[in-house]
Amino acid sequence: MSDHEYTPKSKFGKWFNDRLPLLSLASHLTDYPTPKNLNYWWTFGGILTFCLITQIVTGLTLAMHYIAHADMAFESVEHIMRDVNYGWLIRYIHANGASMFFLAVYIHIFRSLFYGSYKSPREIIWILGIIIYLLMMAAAFMGYVLPWGQMSFWGATVITNLFSAIPLVGEGIVNWLWGGYSVDNPTLTRFFTLHYLIPFLILGLVVLHIWALHVPGNNNPVGIDIKKPSKDTVPFHPYIVIKDGFALLMFMIVFAFFVFYTPNILGHADNYIEANPLVTPAHIVPEWYLLPFYAILRSVPDKLLGVIAMLSAILILAALPWLDTSKIRSAVFRPLYKQFYWILVADVLILGYVGAMPAEGLYLLIARVATGYYFIHFLVVLPILGFKEKTMPLPLSITEPVLGGSPMASAVKKKESLN
Amino acid sequence: MNNIFKIIYLIIFIITGTIQVNSAEKIDYLKTDWSFKSLFGKFDRASLQRGYQVYKEVCASCHSMKYVSFRNLSEPGGPEFTEEQVKAIAASYEVNDGPNSEGEMFLRPAKLSDKFVMPYENVKAAQAANGGAYPPDMSVLAKARSGGVDYIYSLLLGYEDAPSDVKLDDGVYYNKFMYGNKIKMAEPITDDLIEYGDGTPATKEQMAKDVTTFLMWAAEPHLESRHKMGFKAILYLIILTVLVYFSMKKIWSRIESEV
Repeated sequence: MSDHEYTPKSKFGKWFNDRLPLLSLASHLTDYPTPKNLNYWWTFGGILTFCLITQIVTGLTLAMHYIAHADMAFESVEHIMRDVNYGWLIRYIHANGASMFFLAVYIHIFRSLFYGSYKSPREIIWILGIIIYLLMMAAAFMGYVLPWGQMSFWGATVITNLFSAIPLVGEGIVNWLWGGYSVDNPTLTRFFTLHYLIPFLILGLVVLHIWALHVPGNNNPVGIDIKKPSKDTVPFHPYIVIKDGFALLMFMIVFAFFVFYTPNILGHADNYIEANPLVTPAHIVPEWYLLPFYAILRSVPDKLLGVIAMLSAILILAALPWLDTSKIRSAVFRPLYKQFYWILVADVLILGYVGAMPAEGLYLLIARVATGYYFIHFLVVLPILGFKEKTMPLPLSITEPVLGGSPMASAVKKKESLN
Repeated sequence: MNNIFKIIYLIIFIITGTIQVNSAEKIDYLKTDWSFKSLFGKFDRASLQRGYQVYKEVCASCHSMKYVSFRNLSEPGGPEFTEEQVKAIAASYEVNDGPNSEGEMFLRPAKLSDKFVMPYENVKAAQAANGGAYPPDMSVLAKARSGGVDYIYSLLLGYEDAPSDVKLDDGVYYNKFMYGNKIKMAEPITDDLIEYGDGTPATKEQMAKDVTTFLMWAAEPHLESRHKMGFKAILYLIILTVLVYFSMKKIWSRIESEV
């Protein structure tokens, strides 16, 4: 890192920077050498930062008008939608923002999987990312409970009941989570508190995530180590800033379309019915972004094992840097991995689909096969592939073709320009 | 650039997939053209006013609408009755207020700031008066049913004689769009049940359409300003995106690399 060379020009700047090197930090961030071949899949980091800040700002505004009480929560949401100035806009941004946040995070995660960004020396970035993802799911789940509609209430009941699967202490834990003997006002108020807290935890972890990224620098579509700074890199500002900005604007257009024209399409109609502990909805389904894990949970006949399977499905990702034994990062040079990668993508989409369907008959069978394959991919395919796969030769640098003018050189060039 | 289109296709794929899965139950609802559905969609003012009349004279005897205030009826984007009209409408209801300086509760005519008056004191009273079934509050009903306005419109027109193999208890009716086909609400609208103030023939279809339009407004009173603002916001974003795109091209042209 080149921060040390930075000296502010003004006297005051120097005086200040010696005491708190904020200007050095700013200089590091703007000069940060970034591989120049990053494609648009790399813009989702910036998009996710935007999503987080949007959620925090709209969330704070909503919290000024929302009342976390079982008798008043639903009404206060309607108050926001009707009487608060632009309350409908803020709430729709916040509600659709959650979906957009997950859409972006899934693209971000699958980009990592394709280009091997989780491999040495970036394991810590990856693990921090998994923790952020877990916290996101917790925040989204609790946020969905707050409007106190039917899906809020029954979703909360189903999910918290999962803890009762823990032997011996399960029941006690569930009662402790609820603050009583069913999901009720104490549950709502604590969920509100935690929903308020978690985004700031995420924010802190994002800072660590970016800090950890700035130590080895970005991975890139070719997946090779590059010298920094060199002619393979560009300074973060203005090159990456403008490119991220452009991608962010495209993303915002999609986002705006949802907020202004179909704000309720990603939600469930039942959540506009006030929570009623005496009436169970016909189908209790989580939000779309949790469906693959819901499918894994339901595909196991035993409750405890189902919960374990669901948790392992996420936690197994944290072990990914060691499960994937291949030294080659980018799937561009791993012909077999590339195929398995797309099978995994299809597998997760299938899990999401069956997660939304009733757990019976053919759907259940598909869910079981897809769940099995999910674990096989990480526990069997990836470790073996690293030893068996015949990878393609890597180029020496992003800009220079492979030494000796291998026929691959042109292929790499072509691939890059495609990306 | 290729890449960004791939990303957009992927996003569209995931989203449409989600929407398909969400609305997995395929039901052919009765179709009618809603003026508020398109990108520039607005409510049909006359239809909203007629819809309010249907709500007031038919639905309101059982269904509450507790999140809507009288003043909303004169606000832009709604039925847009004049303030005098709404004051008169409000004054025809009595609300319980108090306690006054003597500590007594008292009845007074409703004001613009009051919420719609509920037909029953509470849910239990509503159930007791309706054979155990609670007539749902109509404030957000149009958003609280999958199928939305199409579902409500179809339900209102979906009453039929029960097929011979379906046994109906007393006070239960057959409706082909109701979940399970059995409904405790008797057919609420029939031809010429009410007389429209503006002289529109009060056919069943007309009333169903008007009242459903009114329910959509009640559920989404800011729909018109949302559509208007959405158009401006997206137009602004598109112009900005184009400008940023060319700036990006210019900046990246300093180095030999594709963006």
